[in-house]
Amino acid sequence: MAAREINFTEAAREALAAAMTRDPTIFVLGEGIGIRGGNFNTTLGLFERFGPRRLRDTPICERGFVGLCTGAAMTGTRPVVDFMFIDFILDSVGELTNQIAKIQYMTGGRLKMPVLLRGCVGIGGGAATHHSGSYYPLFVNVPGFRVVVPTTPYDAKGLLSTALRCDDPVLFLEHKSLLNVRGEVPEEDYQIPFGQARLCRQGTGVTVVAIGPLVPKCLAVCDTLAAEGISVEVIDPRTLAPLDMDTILVSVRKTGKLLVADESFGPCGVGAEIAAQVMAQGFDDLAAPVRRLNGVHTPTPYSPPLEAAVVPSMDQVAAAVRDLAAE
Amino acid sequence: MTIPKDTLLSLYRTMVRIRRCEEQLARSYAAGTITGACHTYVGEEAVATGVCAHLRDDDAVFSTHRGHGHALAKGVPPGALVAELFGRATGCSGGRGGSMHLFSPEVGMMGTSGIVGPCILQATGAGYSFQLKETDQVGVAFFGDGAVNNGAFHEGLNMATIWDLPVLFVCENNMYATEIAFKDSARNTDVAGRAAGYGLHAEAVDGNDVLAVYEAAGAAVARARQGGGPSLIECRTYRTRPHAEGMRDGGYRSQEEIDSWKARDPISAFAQSLLDDGAVTAADLQTIDAAIVAEIQEAVVFATDSPWPDATTVADHIYAGTV
Repeated sequence: MAAREINFTEAAREALAAAMTRDPTIFVLGEGIGIRGGNFNTTLGLFERFGPRRLRDTPICERGFVGLCTGAAMTGTRPVVDFMFIDFILDSVGELTNQIAKIQYMTGGRLKMPVLLRGCVGIGGGAATHHSGSYYPLFVNVPGFRVVVPTTPYDAKGLLSTALRCDDPVLFLEHKSLLNVRGEVPEEDYQIPFGQARLCRQGTGVTVVAIGPLVPKCLAVCDTLAAEGISVEVIDPRTLAPLDMDTILVSVRKTGKLLVADESFGPCGVGAEIAAQVMAQGFDDLAAPVRRLNGVHTPTPYSPPLEAAVVPSMDQVAAAVRDLAAE
Repeated sequence: MTIPKDTLLSLYRTMVRIRRCEEQLARSYAAGTITGACHTYVGEEAVATGVCAHLRDDDAVFSTHRGHGHALAKGVPPGALVAELFGRATGCSGGRGGSMHLFSPEVGMMGTSGIVGPCILQATGAGYSFQLKETDQVGVAFFGDGAVNNGAFHEGLNMATIWDLPVLFVCENNMYATEIAFKDSARNTDVAGRAAGYGLHAEAVDGNDVLAVYEAAGAAVARARQGGGPSLIECRTYRTRPHAEGMRDGGYRSQEEIDSWKARDPISAFAQSLLDDGAVTAADLQTIDAAIVAEIQEAVVFATDSPWPDATTVADHIYAGTV
């Protein structure tokens, strides 16, 4: 396969363009995703290729156009909602939770709901509290959604390609700190199955399940920790629903120690779920209590020192691993 | 407009089917056979009937908590409706929905909803699909006056209009959102006038006059099929039974008001006008009446004899499949 280095956004855009070429029922809705090409360049250049019906700039009415996409998916097209910032999804939670997520079930599978919901998540750049949310635990909690949190350009392209073939509603969440990360990506279209974690680094002493931007943060401290004699295994789940617990349990069987590192909130979060499942299925493998490292449970403040204070740092990841290794 | 006799009788048949079915469902609720909510459409039959007479199976209807009439008018068999309210596996939603969640995509009944408003947006989305696929199908939303003050009304009508989508919005203005009078919920209660403000075709008709609804809907559906964009029809009507079966119906409206609307019963009025015009004979109508009574009895037998859903299927179809 021909591969070259491109960034996360370009990789995801290639998957979208390939899918739109292959499938004429795909259309994208959002604010500024038409001729402008998206606030985050998610659709740059696509308006010229696919025209205004398939790259539809919308009024600012998230509930409205998510509801529109519900009816569109029910009648044979494949809508893509580009929320820009995922915070805006909260205006449409009723349409998502009460309608989109439930319709396959309520119709006994007679209708499919191929709706892709994408947007930028995460804290950074002084975006402040209405442009910094993650919120994925809300959607993991609801039956019916697939929740995807890619961390590399390669995964972004392969997972988005899968999402655009999937007949379920998919949340595709792009952390703003990862958008310009570059990596090798094949030119060809390819798919990465949902529910398959990526083993990012092998180790024997501590397992870290890292989500989104915590993956590169964790990988960045592994050499330092190795020099201290702590061998870290790093797992990127890539999708939170479905969640690849098998890979996590196999790793915990080897290391006996687990840290879940996640920028989003702790209470009832992904780490809580993983910890509970490891307790239920791998309790005898644990040599220490499962630890969590989360963003501070607070709205996101603006001022740089305040903003930095709510996000798990590399130092905090390293410290959490050291504490766990010392148990 | 000259309407063929077959069509007139078909309109009559559909209204009587809805009425007899609703009366049966009310009895079944009182008997405890229906365990959940049951919102009847009695008094409003002319609306669903007059609109759906213009729709094909591949047109998409999105409806409300008061959706039995829409389902029947769109072609859901009475047996599948009754079985759904009885919670049986043969119900149109396999027993997963009950009164408020009626799905039969095979005939374009794309769902009723327990939430007020989404049907407006979903019909708009169906219109988006049909425009994108360049078909002549139409998306139709039925909703009450209660939905008119919800944001979905504003957002849906606006999007349908700016993109010229093939959508028909049908407001069943029955004057009450549950038990809150429309006049207490909006300073401007002229739904058609408010809709016109978005730039779409809008008109108000007597929702108890099936031919008035039929004419307005015919023009709107034809316009949508031909690329002429969305329309709204405000059908002024009234539900003569409580909001839901078993609910206290006093305090918010008077018996005189209820009686005055019962006197304007859409089925009796239509039958009388057909007889007065000599368009049909009394025997024509009696034949239909008898057939519908038998049909509803059969529906009840079908539902009663149907199996309960298999509890081991309770978590099936949450997802389309593995990916």
